[in-house]
Amino acid sequence: MKMTRIFVAALAALGLSGIAWASTAGQREAEHFHWHNAGPFGTFDREAVQRGLQIYQEVCSSCHSLDLIHFRNLGEAGGPFESAEFPNANDNAIVMQIAAGYMIEDGPDDAGDMFERPGVPSDAFPSPFANPQQARGSNGGALPPDLSLIIKARHHGQDYVHSLLLGFNEEVPADVHVAPGKHYNPYFPGGVIAMAPPLFEGSVTYADGTEATMEQMSEDIVTFLTWASDPHMEARKQMGVMVLLYLFIFAILVYIAYRQIWAKVKH
Amino acid sequence: MSGPSTYEPKTGFTRWMDARLPIIRLGYDSFVDFPTPRNLNYWWTFGGILAIFLVIQIISGVVLAMHYIPHESMAFDSLERIRRDVKFGWLIQSMHANGASFFFVAVYIHMFRGLYYGSYKAPREILWILGVVIYLLMMATGFMGYVLPWGQMSYWGAVVITNLIGALPFIGDAIREWLWGGFSVGQATLSRFFSLHYLLPFVIAAVVALHLWALHVPGNGNPVGIEVKTKKDTLPFHPFYTVKDGFAIVVYLIIFATFVFFLPNALGHTDNFIEANPLSTPSHIVPEWYYLPFYAILRAITFDIGPIDAKLGGVTAMFGAILILFVLPWLDTSKVRSMRFRPVTRVFFILFLLACLGLGWCGANNPDDLVFTMGHNAEGVATGLKFVWFAQFLTFYYFAYFLIVLPVMGLIEKPLDRPVSIEAAVLGTAKA
Repeated sequence: MKMTRIFVAALAALGLSGIAWASTAGQREAEHFHWHNAGPFGTFDREAVQRGLQIYQEVCSSCHSLDLIHFRNLGEAGGPFESAEFPNANDNAIVMQIAAGYMIEDGPDDAGDMFERPGVPSDAFPSPFANPQQARGSNGGALPPDLSLIIKARHHGQDYVHSLLLGFNEEVPADVHVAPGKHYNPYFPGGVIAMAPPLFEGSVTYADGTEATMEQMSEDIVTFLTWASDPHMEARKQMGVMVLLYLFIFAILVYIAYRQIWAKVKH
Repeated sequence: MSGPSTYEPKTGFTRWMDARLPIIRLGYDSFVDFPTPRNLNYWWTFGGILAIFLVIQIISGVVLAMHYIPHESMAFDSLERIRRDVKFGWLIQSMHANGASFFFVAVYIHMFRGLYYGSYKAPREILWILGVVIYLLMMATGFMGYVLPWGQMSYWGAVVITNLIGALPFIGDAIREWLWGGFSVGQATLSRFFSLHYLLPFVIAAVVALHLWALHVPGNGNPVGIEVKTKKDTLPFHPFYTVKDGFAIVVYLIIFATFVFFLPNALGHTDNFIEANPLSTPSHIVPEWYYLPFYAILRAITFDIGPIDAKLGGVTAMFGAILILFVLPWLDTSKVRSMRFRPVTRVFFILFLLACLGLGWCGANNPDDLVFTMGHNAEGVATGLKFVWFAQFLTFYYFAYFLIVLPVMGLIEKPLDRPVSIEAAVLGTAKA
């Protein structure tokens, strides 16, 4: 299969060529970490996703929205509270409880007024700010990005966000100017970020008793956000394994047929 | 086609059909009994692979269009809704996005096969030209399709490419406004790109039909480039090539499935997971990988040529790089089709292939970055070969291959001895 090998090599070369990345002073490429969801058989560590959800709720959500995630997603296949007991995530007791913890603006009612009601599983996570202008106004002019797709929207997203969260409190190089209200972080493009260090040892008290170290919290929130950006990852890989298995067997059968049909002719 | 029809209707129904609409005869003559050279190698299987991918793209695209919303403020979210909430939407979306890349990989292999084995030479000039038309339509379709997700790279790619049209003298601005449907890339642009992205694949399918028609008149070329002389040179298409193409298709689908299921975003750009924002330009705008060689040619022209400024020169070079393929059958003066028998030109061909890959590499990189460093200047800044210089050199070779190498080598090169027939080549009998 010389042709296939050439083809795979060419594809790999094309893939690599797109990743070239210029680095400037005071900046660093993301460190490489090992992730539970990496590789063709990698799955989400459910407990890590659950802990990550807690971090999002208690820390990130004060500035960052999560527009694409609905509470029901938490109980759907692949989600942190997936349960055989509740095939319909809207009935999932944990999901309903989490949703009910939020007040959601709804309406208008019959009198034409907007009103607030407790959340239900079909609601999305509410945004911390009414609009981008308000978000900028509250954050020194910087817009905290929505986190629904943040892992997919950055090169080596998981490694990048993990490195970034752990990359505060480093000594500022002489050639980097950090304006008041900004912070030095070598993993952020340009090296200066508006976000204050979000995590401190013991920022949260984990419901499951896990010790809330910096590394633990960062890893958990990244795992949660990875799930949020790609909630069907497990179903995708499972189907992929079956499809590849099928295609491999099919290829062998077609190859045998090919050898047999061509056996008697010179070519 | 390619000789008298050998189809004989056997049942009452097929005889009735044959007297009214001989479509079964057409299918039989084209895909069952079609006489095909017996020495085709695996490089000839990419036509079949391309047909499969056109079908995959159309079917997955029709389903996506049922859920997609071509609106500035909803397109991005509708894509995410497809990936998250539509049943198997993640699969169909991944197949369509990766399918475009695999379609282009196959078409590039198919084209380089044609270049190597001289498939464009008489009597197959029209066949080749129709192929170039299909390729141009694919470029347009792929470009407009990439705009639809309305991510940052979609939007800014559209801005860069449509602005190229503005470089044309006198009529450029008017055409650009007509394309945009306004004074910038916006809602009107998205609506019309969606409409055309749905239309063009069917135009491609129609030109593919012509391409097959033009193929079935002279019949396939083959690796030795000798025309079919007797029946002993050929085999019926079915079962010999249906099974060989079939095997190649399944192997190609294995690689395709690996990307669809395990690397769904590897060929895309991370910035396209950020919604389009006309107020925030990405630091580094790059088109999809399959346009990178032409993007490099566009940016390689950094100097004015007489009255032509650098921008117009770049646009001319970029379009010229594709349009030159239309006249290729008349640029290559050699009577010998296959590079197997052209030892010197063959080396130039391999260099041409490397130049195209190199141009792709240049297209992915910032023109002012360095291919390699050679020391530092007085201010301590690294110096060396800039990507733009490398791209200029490769662009020169790209055009020189068509305008100098092929016309001249055909006249001065002494080809190797060729076998008298395909049968002789296969059986290894005496060469003429």
